[in-house]
Amino acid sequence: MSLRATILDEIRTVAAEQRKVLAPLTDDLTLHDSGLDSLCFAILVARLEDLSGRDPFGLVQDARFPRTVGEFIALYDEALA
Amino acid sequence: MTKPLPETPNNLARLIQGGTGRIRVVATRDYALPLDGFAQASSLGSNLGRFEGRSVVLSVRDMAKAAAALIDLDGCAGRILLCPPGWEPSRLESAARDADADALVYDDADAAPRIPVEFAAPCRLPLQPLYSPRAASRETEWILPTSGTSGPPKLVAHTLRTLMGAITDAPLQQWATFYDIRRYGGLQIFLRALSGKGSLNLGGEGESVGSLLARFGAVGVTHISGTPSHWRRVLMTGEGCRIDPDYVRLSGEIADDTILGGLRTMYPRARIEHAYASTEAGVVFAVDDSKAGFPASWLDGDGAVQMKVVDSALRVRSERCALRFLGPDARPLTDRDGFVDTGDIVERRGDRVYFVGRRGGVINVGGAKVHPEEVEAALNAQAAVRASRVFARKSPITGALVFADVVLRDQRVAHAESEREILAACRARLAPHMVPAGLRFVVDLPMTDGGKLPRHG
Repeated sequence: MSLRATILDEIRTVAAEQRKVLAPLTDDLTLHDSGLDSLCFAILVARLEDLSGRDPFGLVQDARFPRTVGEFIALYDEALA
Repeated sequence: MTKPLPETPNNLARLIQGGTGRIRVVATRDYALPLDGFAQASSLGSNLGRFEGRSVVLSVRDMAKAAAALIDLDGCAGRILLCPPGWEPSRLESAARDADADALVYDDADAAPRIPVEFAAPCRLPLQPLYSPRAASRETEWILPTSGTSGPPKLVAHTLRTLMGAITDAPLQQWATFYDIRRYGGLQIFLRALSGKGSLNLGGEGESVGSLLARFGAVGVTHISGTPSHWRRVLMTGEGCRIDPDYVRLSGEIADDTILGGLRTMYPRARIEHAYASTEAGVVFAVDDSKAGFPASWLDGDGAVQMKVVDSALRVRSERCALRFLGPDARPLTDRDGFVDTGDIVERRGDRVYFVGRRGGVINVGGAKVHPEEVEAALNAQAAVRASRVFARKSPITGALVFADVVLRDQRVAHAESEREILAACRARLAPHMVPAGLRFVVDLPMTDGGKLPRHG
């Protein structure tokens, strides 16, 4: 599975577990509007770290915190490049 | 009905005197220490008198030797500092300093701690003849380290009087404990056994639970104590059937309904009691209705032990509380009204009060507080789970997340499936931030030297 597919898959899994209604996932969708709360993101980042061995959030500054789903995926792309 | 001891003797050597007509021993894997030997013999031999009035560090490896030295030194030494095995040299050094130690009892000359004392002597078994009578008039201070489950241990001072406050006269009991007798929980059992009419059976260094249970079973142990972690391990080994006790005691950690139920099934004949005690607050109470928590009406009692709840934490006042903390930075042990703050967080539900965790042990998930013990209770309540340990994992988003190590009852089942089912059951019972973000399946859980689940890290 591609990294992108893995991330989208995990987002859907976490949303289902946490009983969140997820907006259709597009690159432009802002994380704020995605339907996930901060607990969901925390779990997502932890799971992705376990899957990929990387935690890009441990490295970034607040200014570069991703705003959209596309930016979120790009962050992992960069970290794993 | 239990009645108090007719008279609490002021020292241990006198406490164990008196003909019961029975051979009584403190037994480990390697030694059997006869209790009637202390009338004319000592583990310190002719050196005993030289410990009079001194502040003595007791640092021995074998528990039978520790037992012998305690019987010898109580009433003789001014202070005994009980060092649990496995203490780092630096910790031993600072504890000795805080206790103003000027003497040392050791058992292995090569491993004896190098601390500056005026006098040091070995403790030896079998007992050696005593040529002059014991000077036994002093009220010795017993210095105990706190359990230090979270944070470095502090030293507190007790006397035989505070330590024995909860012990009542009892018929013949053959005791055993998984605890080390140099910790409060084990020391209670040591004193209970010594003030009774039977023997005491203890663990050897590095001895497995299976071997312990086999020994305890072979001598017909009737009364036995340990932490819930010890007891979970007994249930895990499947060798619990080697003993057939009349009485099973749990203390030192929160006893949840699952472990109480497991022990009830394993020992249908036994009285099962969970005791609440701490090194600082002493023995507070024991509950024997096979349910977790304790009756809320006990909070209003004005008997030997008084309790109050301040900021959700239980405070206790009784004659069993320790006297004070030791050391240069020691803070007062009690509040202005003489209550010890236990740091144990309680919650009232109906007419019952439940322990939910330690004040210092909360995991902060994005500002929401989680007591690991509460999550463990939810995990342990599931049929698939044998034992669990909840811990915090750092999160860049919420500061921390809840994770858990889980021991499955059936180790052969598929992990992915188990994880889904266990977490789904947790979600039905816990708030979202309390549900573990992930599980790690393990075959065993770590245990501190004190028999508890390690916290932090």
